[in-house]
Amino acid sequence: MSDAAPAVAVDGLVMRYGDKVAVDELSLTVDRGSITAVLGPNGAGKTTTLETCEGYRRPQRGTVRVLGLDPVAQRKDLLPRIGVMLQGSGAWSGVRAMEMLRHVARLHAHPMDVDLLAERLGLGECGRTPYRRLSGGQQQRLGLAMALVGRPEIVFVDEPTAGMDPQSRRTTWELLGELRDAGVTVVLTTHYMDEAERLADRIHIIDHGRLIASGSPVQLTRGGTVATIRLVVSRPFPPGAPDSLRAALGGAIEVTLLDEVSLLVTGPADATTLAKVSGWCEAQGVLPESLTLGQRNLEDVFLELTGRELQP
Amino acid sequence: MSTTSPTSTTDWTPQPGGAPWLSQVRAQASMEARLMLRNGEQLLLAVVIPVIVLVGAVMGADRVDLELTGRAIDVFTPGVLALAVMSTAFTSLAIATGFERRYGVIKRLGTSPLPRSGLLAGKVGALVAVEALQAAVISAVALAMGWDPAGGVGAVLGTLLAVLLGTAAFAALGLFLAGSLRAEATLAAANLVYLLLMAGGAVVLPASAYGSFGDVVQWLPSGALGGAMRDALIDGVVAPVALLTLAGWAVVGTVLTARTFKWE
Repeated sequence: MSDAAPAVAVDGLVMRYGDKVAVDELSLTVDRGSITAVLGPNGAGKTTTLETCEGYRRPQRGTVRVLGLDPVAQRKDLLPRIGVMLQGSGAWSGVRAMEMLRHVARLHAHPMDVDLLAERLGLGECGRTPYRRLSGGQQQRLGLAMALVGRPEIVFVDEPTAGMDPQSRRTTWELLGELRDAGVTVVLTTHYMDEAERLADRIHIIDHGRLIASGSPVQLTRGGTVATIRLVVSRPFPPGAPDSLRAALGGAIEVTLLDEVSLLVTGPADATTLAKVSGWCEAQGVLPESLTLGQRNLEDVFLELTGRELQP
Repeated sequence: MSTTSPTSTTDWTPQPGGAPWLSQVRAQASMEARLMLRNGEQLLLAVVIPVIVLVGAVMGADRVDLELTGRAIDVFTPGVLALAVMSTAFTSLAIATGFERRYGVIKRLGTSPLPRSGLLAGKVGALVAVEALQAAVISAVALAMGWDPAGGVGAVLGTLLAVLLGTAAFAALGLFLAGSLRAEATLAAANLVYLLLMAGGAVVLPASAYGSFGDVVQWLPSGALGGAMRDALIDGVVAPVALLTLAGWAVVGTVLTARTFKWE
């Protein structure tokens, strides 16, 4: 572990499925001992990128190194050092939850105590339940346990909290934080803004297979003067509303239509801006239903970068 | 750092590494064998059907007066043992592997320290374990019915080679099926082929019982395995032609599998 290679180094990665470009000249690095979130909407290329790191796919162009190793050519050396949580399934339908976890543990040299691990992940009550009868959340937690049981240096977790109830989500976040504190590198994909914002030391935002922004949550949302006003009205906006509002506000203020009854104003959210927004409403004859002031969050950052909301 | 709940003292310090290859293979083999025997349909296929076929064939032979070259139990037992090999190495393996692909088990194990060689060796280990159990049950029933197998080096060697090459041939063909079809199609095809070969593949009945059709079926993997088992356990000799036929099927199956098999 003394070598200085970053945990993950992706350089100029290109992956295509037929005509569709899934990953387009993507370059990013993941520092050791950090939690790094790869954030993006469905179909952005997150899973494909992860799967090249895990050695499932050979880069069509560019290079991928994990712990300084080539995930395809040096698979044998790399596999014991990483833990992988796939999106969905990955177990025999008739296998019991704890039986599956024990099995994966037996493939490793220094596995964790499986009972302790199961207790941490709340798998105690369903230990004898066949995999096919586990709830979606239980299957997710078992998947995470299987990724961790071998005491890996890096864990790749693909949408770890999808399908989990709020309490399991919090437990999972807590646990991923503990992993980082113990020196484990965590790479996670997510389309939950709050997950990335709350958990990650570093966030890479991906859209259409391209890296569109990177940084810590604070860097990305760089607060201060920039804030948002979310305007929701009772009836659909008249056509051309964003343009006319932008004209009314002037200056470095961005207006984005979210849907037919709501839009987002990004810029200095001071009293002047607020007054202009309500004046515009009056002039347009639209009735504001709510006018919410907020700090710029990752959701807004994503919206500004792509013009789309992250979650449909 | 963040919590002080009593369970948060888990030690996550990295200490990666794979278990020794042999331990991994043992774990995989015992897991797969347990899953195979846990499944009701598979158990039916592995043990119950061969025993019913044995008892039925012996009792039926007395009534319909088949022209056999020896006592019914001595003629049928080697064939039923061959049937058991076929059911496990071909049908069970194909179905299990088909659903492993479907459920992403093979993909999941693909990121564990278990290499593909270990996965294959584990499958072979599971097959051998289940076959040993089948052989024990079927032989016990047969002996109770008065089975008197041939003895000597030829019998032992002939039987072992037949089981070995028969397993290799059927396993390769089963993996070919599982690797190229969807799980449901594999399930249907593996059962259908099993039934067809059981009825018309010269596995339980000697090829000679099929008249002129026997010249064809003795070249099928089922006919070759049945023939090799009968030569070994009735006459106590090694059957070179039948064993070479099985080896040929094993090569064909392996080449087909290697060309077409997809792990997910």
